[in-house]
Amino acid sequence: MFEQFKSWYENRHDYAEKWKERTGGKVIGTFCTYVPEEILYAADILPVRILGSHEPQDVSEPHIFAMFCPFCRDCLAQGLKGRFDYLDGITIAQSCLHIRQAFTSWDIHIPVDFKYYLPHPMNVQSPHAVPYLTEELKLFKKTIEEWTGKQITDDDIKRGIEIMNKNRQLLQEVYELRKNPNPPLTGLEAMYMVVSSQMVDKREHNKALEELLQKLPSRTIENSGERLMIVGSEDDDTEFVAMVEDLGADFVIDDHCTGTRYFNMNVNVDGDVLTAIAERYVKRTPCPSKDWPQLVGVENIVSLAKEYDVQGAILMQTKFCDPWELTLPKVKEELESIGIPTLFLEFDVTVPIGQFKTRVEAFLEIIREEDLF
Amino acid sequence: MMETKYPTEPLKCWNKAKTLRENYYRDFAEAHDKGGLRWAGGAWSFDAIPAGLGDDVYSLTGEPYGATVAYNDKFALECQEATEARGFARDLCSYMRNYWGSILINKYAWPQFSEEFPRADFIWQDHICCSHSKWYQVASNLEGDIPMFSIDVSVGPYEEVTEHKINYIVGQMHDGIKWLEKITRRDYDDELLIKAVKNEFRSCHYWSAICELNKAIPAPLDEKTMYSLYVIGTLRKSAQWTADFYEKELYPEVKDRVKRGIAAVGNEQCRIMTDTQPPWAFLRIFRYLEQYGCVSIGSLYTFGLIGLWEEKEDGSWGPRSIPEIEITNRDEALRALAEWNLSKPEWQHFYHPKLKSDMMIRIAKEWKLDGVFLHFNRGCEGLSLGIAENRLAIQKAGIPTMPFEGNMGDEREFDLERTMKRVDAFMESLGIEKIDLK
Repeated sequence: MFEQFKSWYENRHDYAEKWKERTGGKVIGTFCTYVPEEILYAADILPVRILGSHEPQDVSEPHIFAMFCPFCRDCLAQGLKGRFDYLDGITIAQSCLHIRQAFTSWDIHIPVDFKYYLPHPMNVQSPHAVPYLTEELKLFKKTIEEWTGKQITDDDIKRGIEIMNKNRQLLQEVYELRKNPNPPLTGLEAMYMVVSSQMVDKREHNKALEELLQKLPSRTIENSGERLMIVGSEDDDTEFVAMVEDLGADFVIDDHCTGTRYFNMNVNVDGDVLTAIAERYVKRTPCPSKDWPQLVGVENIVSLAKEYDVQGAILMQTKFCDPWELTLPKVKEELESIGIPTLFLEFDVTVPIGQFKTRVEAFLEIIREEDLF
Repeated sequence: MMETKYPTEPLKCWNKAKTLRENYYRDFAEAHDKGGLRWAGGAWSFDAIPAGLGDDVYSLTGEPYGATVAYNDKFALECQEATEARGFARDLCSYMRNYWGSILINKYAWPQFSEEFPRADFIWQDHICCSHSKWYQVASNLEGDIPMFSIDVSVGPYEEVTEHKINYIVGQMHDGIKWLEKITRRDYDDELLIKAVKNEFRSCHYWSAICELNKAIPAPLDEKTMYSLYVIGTLRKSAQWTADFYEKELYPEVKDRVKRGIAAVGNEQCRIMTDTQPPWAFLRIFRYLEQYGCVSIGSLYTFGLIGLWEEKEDGSWGPRSIPEIEITNRDEALRALAEWNLSKPEWQHFYHPKLKSDMMIRIAKEWKLDGVFLHFNRGCEGLSLGIAENRLAIQKAGIPTMPFEGNMGDEREFDLERTMKRVDAFMESLGIEKIDLK
């Protein structure tokens, strides 16, 4: 049922190259989920998220100091190794400092036709964030128009919003099913589904999701282990998720930019279209780099844990990821205060499966003992 | 003792700089005894704004405080271990960890003024680095929810500033003033704000003018000395005492040193600059450089953390001129303040390393340098941002570089002996030998 999503995830580059051949359209690599893909779809451009390959690499060392997160270095390595050579352009919406370096080094060393750094408010709790971002989106739209030589109308943007909203809506519907006592999908399947949505044409993805939703509610799988949540940095560590679920537990919810944070709020088209987009990107569940002065993201995590009846949470943090390092101690404190045990793990590009397996087994034993007594 | 190539003499205003710094930490500790207010925030925060609450409002800027802790390596270790025990990663900003540690062990780095860490009444921060607002979010939490306000200034490089970017910052500033009035229950005085903004213009201008004087051969100041001087601007750039010290005391004295050929390093034969904050517990490395007749004339960090710069008519880099504008009300003051700060050199590389590389190459040429030391500083994600690309660009420009790894505030991540060996090798590569100082 999820083979298509897995195939898209594993063959992302083949897909994008064929998409270009098929449509004659342009493909833009995006470095962060704050990029307003609505505007790219409005311009008939395919946005493809640049993610790493989880392989050891030796090409990014001269470009990014090793104290920055392995994820940003892995992303840059993909460019330096030529795996994204089909890209016509790259863009980033301002978020953390780490991923910004992958973008700027890409800009310096890897030729692309179009590059755009989109300043994006970090103070998303300020009432001035939406008007500011709206103006930035106007500039972004204008630059895209100049590059493509095609005007982007409000109707085009509405079409872009519709494509994105539909994808979000469908993903939300699938996630609703994960609240069931026996969810009809695994955490690994959910991960393939969401991450692939960041790599393929959303219209095709929507079609696949609609077909999935026809069958999914009646699907029954062996899925009665501990209900876990996974929280933290960018995460497409499928190997890790598979390992945990092989131990009998089930991931039923996440708080990741490769998960709920990507799709958890729709654009509400009511008035100016760019303002509507700005509203969505300012008010979505924040990346911890933008989560201040109030810790809104932590409230969201606690709320998800309750809604999905979570028994334990794995706090995964990419090594050197400052925004999460600054936030996870509070997440741990808040989850444990409502009786949800946590396991903290620090991730690198490759996952030490043997070591992590031992730690996860011990964590599950703790949860199981609590159930017993 | 052999005679040096150039005459040297101590700075006359050295003790004044020390006194200003001590007064600053004393005033913060004793603010409540005088009925005043205390606020905490970063060295880049818009300190001219809380100045409008009155003349009895005292600040504690986090980075200089973290550096002060770092200089005392035993105290720093105590702070860092307390922070780690609380669950925070040891690769986070080391200034921040030193600051949090001070809160956690409840000790002030200036025990002669207060044995306990003085709790701020409010937090007034700005945000361009991922750690800025989060630093004080955690600090607020550790100290029992101190009210906090932070202003996002990360709107892109100065060369791309537009009206809507300024509006975003100024809008937050206006909200901040209303917030200050609410939490302090004080009326806000726009005249004090305007005065503070003008002071800040002077502080930033004259600090740059002082650094510009280091183009002279021999350099009148060395970077180790500059650390004790630039810090005044990181404490309270909008204070009259800062502006007056730079304009009326330090600048004339350094200018006079240039006129008389007074050197910071008597045997100057090699000129370098560094990059990012130094490992504060190991400043003796600068004394080691003197054995080679090597002077560090500063860095983009010492020049541009507080100093503002511009290209002059002759194409050279010099202090940004003080704006010749009339400021008559709050909005004008805030707009001028936002626009002024957005040109800060150390804010530019947050968007692209090229912007920093260009400035560094320019300094290397105009200050006539033989090489650049790049501190790959594990203690600061903000200023180490893009440093690897800076290295490549500087090398490409034909300027020798010496990268070394360390940490500004955590001595556990700095290897003094190994760094000195690197210095030896670098000097050898430049063909510079140690001077017999006997």
